Amino acid sequence: MSRVLLLWRKFLNVVMLTLTGVAAFGVVAVLFLILGYLVWNGGKSLNLNFFTQLPKPVGETGGGMANAIVGSLKLLLLAALMGLPVGLMAGVYLAEFGGKTFSYVIRYTTDLLNGVPSIVIGIFAYSLVVLPVKHFSAVAGGVALGMMVVPITVRSTEEFLRAVPGSLREGAMALGASKWRTIATVVLPAAKGGIITGVLLALARVAGETAPLLFTAFSNRFWSPGWSQPIASLPVMIYTYAIAPYDDWHRQAWAAGLVLLALVLVANIGTRIVLSRGGASRSA
Amino acid sequence: MLTLTFAAGILLLTSMLVYELWMNSHLSRAKFGWMFFWTRTWDPIFDNFGAAPFIYGTLVTSIVSLVIAVPLGLAAAIFLSELAPRRMSDTISFLIDLLAAVPSVIYGLLGIFIIVPLMRTTVGPLLIGSLGHVPLLGQFFKGPNYGVGFLTAGVVLAIMVVPFIISVSREVLLTVPREQREAALALGATRWEATWKVVVPWARTGILGSVFLALARALGETMAVTMVIGNDPKISASLFAPGYTIAAVIANEFTEATGDLYLSALIELGLVLFLMTFILNGLARLLIVATDRGGGHPS
Repeated sequence: MSRVLLLWRKFLNVVMLTLTGVAAFGVVAVLFLILGYLVWNGGKSLNLNFFTQLPKPVGETGGGMANAIVGSLKLLLLAALMGLPVGLMAGVYLAEFGGKTFSYVIRYTTDLLNGVPSIVIGIFAYSLVVLPVKHFSAVAGGVALGMMVVPITVRSTEEFLRAVPGSLREGAMALGASKWRTIATVVLPAAKGGIITGVLLALARVAGETAPLLFTAFSNRFWSPGWSQPIASLPVMIYTYAIAPYDDWHRQAWAAGLVLLALVLVANIGTRIVLSRGGASRSA
Repeated sequence: MLTLTFAAGILLLTSMLVYELWMNSHLSRAKFGWMFFWTRTWDPIFDNFGAAPFIYGTLVTSIVSLVIAVPLGLAAAIFLSELAPRRMSDTISFLIDLLAAVPSVIYGLLGIFIIVPLMRTTVGPLLIGSLGHVPLLGQFFKGPNYGVGFLTAGVVLAIMVVPFIISVSREVLLTVPREQREAALALGATRWEATWKVVVPWARTGILGSVFLALARALGETMAVTMVIGNDPKISASLFAPGYTIAAVIANEFTEATGDLYLSALIELGLVLFLMTFILNGLARLLIVATDRGGGHPS
């Protein structure tokens, strides 16, 4: 009897442990399936026109998404201009100045802000920017994306500043530098690589956001001059083109998906490589 | 001082967010009151709005996604923390983190063109044929199968939230002291028994936290769900039926909302969604912090 039990326990051991491996590799396989599908379907439809031409009217094939690519870049620039100062400064505050209770409140709020669904952020930007002037604009989209940049930057900035050894700060202070001077000339340069990485990851994350742009930046089939007009962006174009009933649009949606995914993954992988190098040299 | 101002700016921003949602939904709150949550009609023409189908759709798709993602994610996390060599574990974790970085509209794109046809032609008929006849459980797997619907949305969501479950659970499992594993093994437990009966219970608070985090993500996810759920404000038991979620209806109808009351009702939906994720995120954070401090002892 106990022999049977032992066999059963050993059997269960092997089966369950194998299953955990299958689960882990299964999830990784999904990533490669996604990549494969996008490279296959997107690669077929991607050509030079995609990067240089405007969308063609319905019914005509061809054309590209040059305006959406530029639009996405403009939106990212706005998001960076609005979100990064707040995120970086608040991160410095938390790492270098914060008292106990107030820092805890800020940290908690930051986490909550990070968890707010992006569509709700869109509603906020809409009521803040779109409602008063009664039309969609690039600025409204920038506000929405900028707001999503803030919590990500705060946490990464704080984390990397905390990783700077206290002895560096003490050294600068002992030489007579003020606290601000210490932070600006010693601590920040030491954490520079990490902070830039955090910023890039934050921008890569919001570059793919669609929901908060639907009713802030809206979309545009033409070039959008200035900052106060509705503006096209890659994610919104993918959405519009994917749910439309035209084959040629589906083709372009795949191409746009490939471009967007390539951008996001390159940013992620690139920063990871830079970061692991920086980490190695720091610990050495 | 300057940095303090910016830090306080985050507080201000968050309070403004709540304030705007509250003020701009006041028309709808005043007109429908609590009935908003129970009413099943969504009729923009006669200005009659109820949130029930959207709340139902949001909950059902999220639950379906968790039913798939929790076992899968926990198993993968166990493999990464208990079995895989450190280097391999780090590489796989990195790849899984990349999965979390894929924009949601791309999941939607794959959902429309790959998963929806797959559900319609293969998975759907298979499930209806097998589980459709089981008493009780069968009612979830009956009815016409369009490919779009609760189940499809749940599957897509599962893929999107599984990276969160894996990365948080792995971290939590790695904090379990070695002695715990060694003690169990020394008592003659198999590797699996040591993991399942000692390590996992030790880390269960943090694992639960990761599940809450995933749930909060699933509730608020917009684009991928909008593209595969069918966008039909109905409450149906069948998982193959098309439905609607809070986030999806906001995404679809916000720009077309003509009346003030219509817009107000949509913003109230946004408020509901905000509160749901707010509570879940708060809970998740508490749970994860509790485990990190070593509070997650098995009773």
